Amino acid sequence: MLADKDRIFTNLYGFESPGIEAAMKRGDWDGTKDLIAKGKDWIINEMKESGLRGRGGAGFPTGLKWSFMPKESDGRPSYLVINADEGEPGTCKDRDLMRHDPHKLLEGCLIAGFAMNAIAAYIYIRGEFYREAEALERAIEEAYAKGFLGKNACGTGYDFDIYVHRGAGAYICGEETALIESLEGKKGQPRLKPPFPANVGVWGCPTTVNNVESIAVAPTILRRGASWFSGLGRPNNTGTKVFSISGHVNNPCNVEEEMGIPLKELIEKHAGGVRGGWDNLLAVIPGGSSVPVLPKEICDTVLMDFDSLREVQSGLGTAAVIVMDKSTDIVKAIARLSEFYKHESCGQCTPCREGTGWMWRVMERLVEGKAEKSEIDTLLDVSKQIEGHTICALGDAAAWPIQGLMRHFRHEVEARIDAYHAKAAE
Amino acid sequence: MPTLTIDGKEVTVEPGTTVLQACEEIGVEVPRFCYHERLSIAGNCRMCLVDMERSPKPIASCAMPAGDGMVIHTNTERVKKAREGVMEFLLINHPLDCPICDQGGECDLQDQAMAFGRGVNRFDENKRAVEDKHMGPLISTTMTRCIHCMRCVRFSEEVAGVDDMGALWRGEHSEITTYLEKTLDSEMSGNVIDLCPVGALTSKPYAFTARSWELKHTESIDVMDAVGSNISVDTRGAAVMRILPRLNEDVNEEWISDKTRFVYDGLKKRRLDRPYIRKNRKLEEATWGDAFEAIKKKLTGVKGDEIAAIVGDLADMESMLALKDLMASFGASRIEGRQDGAAIDASVRAGYLFNTGIANIEEADYLLLVGCDPRNEAPIVNTRIRNAVRHHGLKVGNIGNAADLTYKVEEFGDDAKFIKAASTGRHEAAKALKAAKNPMIVVGQAALAREDGAAILKAARDIADRYCIREDWNGFNLLHTAAARVGAMDLGLTADGGVDAILDDAEAGKLKAVILLGADEVDTSALKKTFTVYLGTHGDEGVKNADVILPGAAYTEKSGTYINTEGRVQRTEKAHFAPGDAREDWTILRALSDIVGTTLPYNTIGELRARLAEAAPATAIRDERPSEVWGDFGTKGDIAEGGIAPIIDNFYLTNPIARASQIMADCVAARGFEDEEATGTHG
Repeated sequence: MLADKDRIFTNLYGFESPGIEAAMKRGDWDGTKDLIAKGKDWIINEMKESGLRGRGGAGFPTGLKWSFMPKESDGRPSYLVINADEGEPGTCKDRDLMRHDPHKLLEGCLIAGFAMNAIAAYIYIRGEFYREAEALERAIEEAYAKGFLGKNACGTGYDFDIYVHRGAGAYICGEETALIESLEGKKGQPRLKPPFPANVGVWGCPTTVNNVESIAVAPTILRRGASWFSGLGRPNNTGTKVFSISGHVNNPCNVEEEMGIPLKELIEKHAGGVRGGWDNLLAVIPGGSSVPVLPKEICDTVLMDFDSLREVQSGLGTAAVIVMDKSTDIVKAIARLSEFYKHESCGQCTPCREGTGWMWRVMERLVEGKAEKSEIDTLLDVSKQIEGHTICALGDAAAWPIQGLMRHFRHEVEARIDAYHAKAAE
Repeated sequence: MPTLTIDGKEVTVEPGTTVLQACEEIGVEVPRFCYHERLSIAGNCRMCLVDMERSPKPIASCAMPAGDGMVIHTNTERVKKAREGVMEFLLINHPLDCPICDQGGECDLQDQAMAFGRGVNRFDENKRAVEDKHMGPLISTTMTRCIHCMRCVRFSEEVAGVDDMGALWRGEHSEITTYLEKTLDSEMSGNVIDLCPVGALTSKPYAFTARSWELKHTESIDVMDAVGSNISVDTRGAAVMRILPRLNEDVNEEWISDKTRFVYDGLKKRRLDRPYIRKNRKLEEATWGDAFEAIKKKLTGVKGDEIAAIVGDLADMESMLALKDLMASFGASRIEGRQDGAAIDASVRAGYLFNTGIANIEEADYLLLVGCDPRNEAPIVNTRIRNAVRHHGLKVGNIGNAADLTYKVEEFGDDAKFIKAASTGRHEAAKALKAAKNPMIVVGQAALAREDGAAILKAARDIADRYCIREDWNGFNLLHTAAARVGAMDLGLTADGGVDAILDDAEAGKLKAVILLGADEVDTSALKKTFTVYLGTHGDEGVKNADVILPGAAYTEKSGTYINTEGRVQRTEKAHFAPGDAREDWTILRALSDIVGTTLPYNTIGELRARLAEAAPATAIRDERPSEVWGDFGTKGDIAEGGIAPIIDNFYLTNPIARASQIMADCVAARGFEDEEATGTHG
């Protein structure tokens, strides 16, 4: 269990003020100038050393991502874009970070922006996060007033601005290139890659898009050293992570924990355990709605980090743990997710546009059992036809929950079909 | 230059080539729907997925730049499955209405479903239905068939330059529409019909009239403007069912304007299908023999200077030459080929051509329009200019009427005096031309049709002479509006005083006879008292005061030589027969010559063309843009202050065929040109 001294987000629950004075007491904006004085290469190298992997879901090494940005400008400015469009069902970590600890994000923006030569950061915040946008705006105002942002930020001689841009409520705008399109004022639809944003991003300029948490942890990592961060967790899965635990637990919560904590420990220690005890557990979706569901047998032992969850054919995703006890209609639960992806598909590319609706309709029938057993394989085949064939990862995200369901709960679906046919025969 | 391996074959391609293009280079077929070489890359249909070694997922070959050392496979099991998958997804919500779909037989979806589809259907749910959208009189929509490739959206945004089209909603509810279901505000809108890979956007006038496999395709040339767009005239029996573009990179690429595409119903309406003779102020049907006799009676004894002829905008060179020869047999040479009165100087060929060439607009970096509205006068040229502005850094300035040309234009103002100023270097435009590497000046007919047209031509020539002429670059351009014009100039069909003098002389009684060869853009009320022979196709302005009417053949009904505004010699082909007793124009003139004068010395089109090659040597070389020697032309003179009136007031109604066309009339109404309110007797 993570020791209190190793916590990065010391005001995750909002027990203290989010204001700048309180934040500075907690250690934010402490020696920022000195960190920046150590130079771009040092910052990026330190981030690489820390082993921090992106906290938005894909887990791409953050330091490496920063290093893709051009070292010398070819005349175009560079931008840092913060992905605060937290829309993944089950996930609510960035929301609390921005609400209660916004200065960690702002300081991170400044340092990351400096490291990649950016002239400004845009925080693209989910439209529904009205109060969080307010909190950010307030924090930005405070930071400008203190001279931490704007011209000669923190007295470093480096000019840096931060803007908040509110989205309009589309899940797909959390995809980095769709986010860029939306930021530019266009319809939020993912772009083709290549070119990658580090080459052609916002307004055609080099851009890095990072998750809120990835950026917010950066100042602390740099202050305490890469080795401190990499000493936490497991190799290749280092550091701490904010987990969002929701569903059938006694005490749903956000909690910062060490990477690689056993799932069972996470739920029992921080969320008050599964409703009705661990044995009442049916399944857990360990990383937000996009990743495949895990049955209890796996949940008993699995560790919560990128590689461990990958080994059991799921993923850490955003580390949003959705707990389902035995009262859950697992087929209906996954069908609901299918409906979500059908609803949120942008409609640009064929497999996702056509496939998500098809899968949802079959899933709806499977909830009742109104189908043939052969359709399960057809459904899986359709999900494979979507997976990996789309422009962005939404297609994969729509396919995986269904694949996970059939991998672990096929018997349940088949039983339902049998029951339906038996009833129909009566 | 990256070298990559595709299906075991090595290929080296230009940098910037995509994997799909590299595949095409070595003849490996990759299916696609959204990709189109003239549009930006969307990568959304996912049909072109191929395997790339060391890539965990198949890649969209249309969007992936070819890289050195790439190893591509297009024939693996995974690629086959991916294609089958995409095909299946495209078909699940596509209606199975091919038997009643106009796209049937020439449908990408049909063809690729046959070639790459699985052949069975596993989709057991209800199909999606989409409400049809209203897109004006030209485009018929069946939006349920749409596969969301966005070609139409990209075309209208990128090529046509109107952002009226787009997709509403998202996911499976996505729908393509025009803004508020309005007609696309473009002269190029019909091209979306060709671009649509399925039957979602089809031709409204062509709807349910023919199946593609019943049609005979005749490769021909368009005469609606002076561009000479390459077209295919598709006929069934004696009727033109539709007109489609043919690929010609130097002229129209693969686009045609809406007038070119949809004018064909005008070929059937208001046609002159037999000779007429005016008796007691009324036109009466007549036989060819009677008509020729009537002409002979009137022409006998007429002196050479008592007869004149006016040539219309659609005349082919063969009939113009036959007319010239016929006139010569009377000792007459007063033939005018500039109906609009433009002061074109026929003495120097470079002085009346679009010398730079349409395709070379993309080489230019500055273009000055002088009294020219390319959007209305030659939409294809305008499309090129727009492309050059978008992709090749062309800047455009304009002296003349400010109009929305779909790209950014620096407006210098609508006053002819600026032309004079520019010719002496004392104007912004001159500075811009001077600073440019490959400058162009494009002079429109509107500028030359003014009283001081000859002086404007001279001034424009001087501007070009100063800034736009190099050994390897001729930046002086005349943009013609009439298909016949360059041919007429090559044949020297100019008369002192032009059309106005002919009409004045006729009204004053100085002329005994006037022959109109399809001349419908002049006010013929002046010919009331003069014996007038009209040889043409439609009951339009020209017949109003004609005494004898000889029915001729339209451009789809004859093989005729036309020279486009660049000086490119092209030929129409006969796609079907002219209606009734109508004949090809040159044969009429040849037959008439038998009766009224000296028989013209040619009996076949071949003999006539041999004579044409003598009279107009340029016609000997076809399908090539000539480069002409620079010279001096125009007449020095004063240029009056004041605006330049547009030469075309309505794009859709510029010639007798277009005016007879109901479709063009519908376009006029849909685009809001009509100011006359409908009354109870309308329709």
